[in-house]
Amino acid sequence: MARAATSRRSFLGHSYNLVGVVASLVILAWTVVAIFAPYIIPHPIGDIVDDDYFGPMRQGLWLGSDYLGRDMLSRVLMGARYTVGISLAAVSIACFSGVVLGMIAAVTGGWLDTCLSRFLDAMNSIPSKLFGLVVVAAVGSSIPVLILTLAVIYIPGAYRFARALAVNINTMDFMTVARVRGESTIYLIGSEILPNIIRPVLADFGLRFVFIVLLLSGLSFLGLGLQPPLADWGALVRENIGGLPFAAPAVIVPSLAIASLTISVNLLIDNLPQKIRDRDA
Amino acid sequence: MSMTNLVEVRNLRIEATTDAGRVVEIIKGVSLDIADGEIIALIGESGSGKTTVALSLMGYARPGCRITGGEINVNGKNMAALSEKERARLRGTDIAYVPQSAAASFNPSSTIMEQVIEVTRIHKLMPPEQARKRAVELFRALSLPDPEGIGARYPHQVSGGQLQRLAAAMALIGDPKLVIFDEPTTALDVTTQIDVLKAFKSVMKAGGIAGVYVSHDLAVVAQIADRIVVLKGGEVQETGTTGEILSAAQHPYTRELLAAFEPKPRQAQADADAATKELLRIDNLTAGYGPVRGDGLPLIRAVQSVSMVVEKGRNLGIIGESGCGKSTLARVIAGIHPAAAGEIVFDGKELERAARKRSQDQLREMQIVFQYADTALNPAKPVEDIISRPLAFYHRLDRQARSKRVDELLDMVRLPRALRYRHPSELSGGQKQRVNFARALAADPKLIICDEITSALDTVVASAVIELLKELQRELGLSYIFISHDLSVVEAICDKIMVMYNGERVEQITPDNVKAPTHPYSKLLFSSVPKLDPTWLDGLVRDPELVSQYGHR
Repeated sequence: MARAATSRRSFLGHSYNLVGVVASLVILAWTVVAIFAPYIIPHPIGDIVDDDYFGPMRQGLWLGSDYLGRDMLSRVLMGARYTVGISLAAVSIACFSGVVLGMIAAVTGGWLDTCLSRFLDAMNSIPSKLFGLVVVAAVGSSIPVLILTLAVIYIPGAYRFARALAVNINTMDFMTVARVRGESTIYLIGSEILPNIIRPVLADFGLRFVFIVLLLSGLSFLGLGLQPPLADWGALVRENIGGLPFAAPAVIVPSLAIASLTISVNLLIDNLPQKIRDRDA
Repeated sequence: MSMTNLVEVRNLRIEATTDAGRVVEIIKGVSLDIADGEIIALIGESGSGKTTVALSLMGYARPGCRITGGEINVNGKNMAALSEKERARLRGTDIAYVPQSAAASFNPSSTIMEQVIEVTRIHKLMPPEQARKRAVELFRALSLPDPEGIGARYPHQVSGGQLQRLAAAMALIGDPKLVIFDEPTTALDVTTQIDVLKAFKSVMKAGGIAGVYVSHDLAVVAQIADRIVVLKGGEVQETGTTGEILSAAQHPYTRELLAAFEPKPRQAQADADAATKELLRIDNLTAGYGPVRGDGLPLIRAVQSVSMVVEKGRNLGIIGESGCGKSTLARVIAGIHPAAAGEIVFDGKELERAARKRSQDQLREMQIVFQYADTALNPAKPVEDIISRPLAFYHRLDRQARSKRVDELLDMVRLPRALRYRHPSELSGGQKQRVNFARALAADPKLIICDEITSALDTVVASAVIELLKELQRELGLSYIFISHDLSVVEAICDKIMVMYNGERVEQITPDNVKAPTHPYSKLLFSSVPKLDPTWLDGLVRDPELVSQYGHR
């Protein structure tokens, strides 16, 4: 943060502000951690390295130890892998399917639009946590099941959002021009509509990512997420909840990790770089 | 100079800050005077700063703009130096504003009367009872129908022309000394425009109120203004009485404006004697909206049994007021809105009614160009992508051939080649319309349907576009169907003119006998087109029976 703290700066034809830059640095840092976690953790995540449980922060165990005396730093770093990875996979599937279906519904209209909309509205009416509980109870908890469940839960929202945007674009004259030219639906959604809604869709992607991180953490907290010895941040909070009376870092650190990631994503969405339209500048 | 004038603007400078933080001077030292009771017109093309100057008289600068220098003395007070609170006190009482689109300026959820007398409540000018009485007087003075009862209606229950006059009533109720009219008739039909202009003129004269009339239509301005100020690039180009400007304009830009009004000699078609071949024939075409009834026709019919013929290399004009079905007809021919009944024969073959059932070649040979280039061009794509899509889609050209052809097409529509990398938002209105047209040309069509393509452009730009269309026709042997509400535009380019009213074709004429239409509606329509002559509006006598039958007041 050694740079000048001007409120907006410009770079490559876009203007940025400081909050957005800081937020994206935090997200970038967590991403790097998620990718390289196995190579940077000081101790294997299953090894008991402390004679005490809920040990304090000290040299060698920078974030203290957990309820079994395992190294907390290693577990949080590896937890980033699962929290960021599972959420990213789920949000990608949810947004891709939702946005594609939403654009198709808007462009095609008629009975396809009606059927899709009503079906997904019905899906939307199922409480998300309950849906997750039922699925995990029925087929058991594994990473692919978690990813798919989370994706299915968030498809209806992405669909509604994309459809609402695409319906507005669909009434523009350039859509009529493309239709009378004889263009296919795939061209219409990919080439005419998508470029016009991509920014709000990306913002929605970020927001939905946050929802999924929180839902995944919630499921893990309830014991339905990742199973031991693997642990994402939500599971870390749950297994160390007993440390709360001892003011153990083991319970507060994963909570801070969840907060730092979700708040950064939100701040980034609110402060996305803006394209400068003034060409002569 | 002593303060003898109501308005004295001296060396006004206004700056705007772009999103890159660059400061641009948009008004560069404008000075003007308005005497008591005088109406001056600010004219100029879009971007000339005419609206910015007009708004500055209220001490207002749009977001991102700043009044940086000069004086704006209105009724002895310098609007540029006052605080926002003091300005607010003068707005509505000393200075009032009539916006371009009254329809967008009224609140749809409260009655007209409440909105008209709102100013008297804000400034505590008079008790509500008295304000209502005053409003009814104004409604009467503005020759609104049912002056007693119209105030109880909601904005959507009156017509566009009436709403525009109601906006004037709203401005006049605070007894202002100066009223600013911001293109108040641009969105109206010619037949309606006359009523609105007449009403404005008589109230302003009767009350001795000074006015600023912002417009790009010289003929309209000629009817209402005492003096004309011509702006371009944020500077005053020329000032003079209306008579002086119309008869002896000095500045090249003013002359250009005037020249756009001169009837251009139509060159006789080179192949006039050659037997003309039919390109498009339409027989008894009917189309509309709403549920289909027993006879297979829709409930609301926008187009009723229209027949017409377009010959190869010739142009057909379709003219009529808004809501007459001319745009629906264009969409029906193009297959966007399939007809309910009737036949379309194109180039010897009968066409399917719906575009998606037509063959690719049939789609290619008939192109449609829409009125608003803003919505007809995808804002997310650069110009080259927009123009090269038909080349890839219809002609299957490879990347290199497309790129070459895009250059040729840009040359054809007289746009610099460098514009190909720009996005539509970075082009002017006229440039966008040229790109819109270039895309249609890229398909290599035989017929281009032009739906009001010059309506959103100012006079000078529009006449340049028309000239371009004529040239391209000579080079490429195209045919146009030219739809417009503006007779002078249609006259300039078409071989035949079809007049539509209420979904039906009422008459077909040629430009040579346009002075003598036979159908009563055509007579009303043609006599309503403003002329440059300042005495035209006052001298205009319209058959009251015709007006009540066909004019939508």
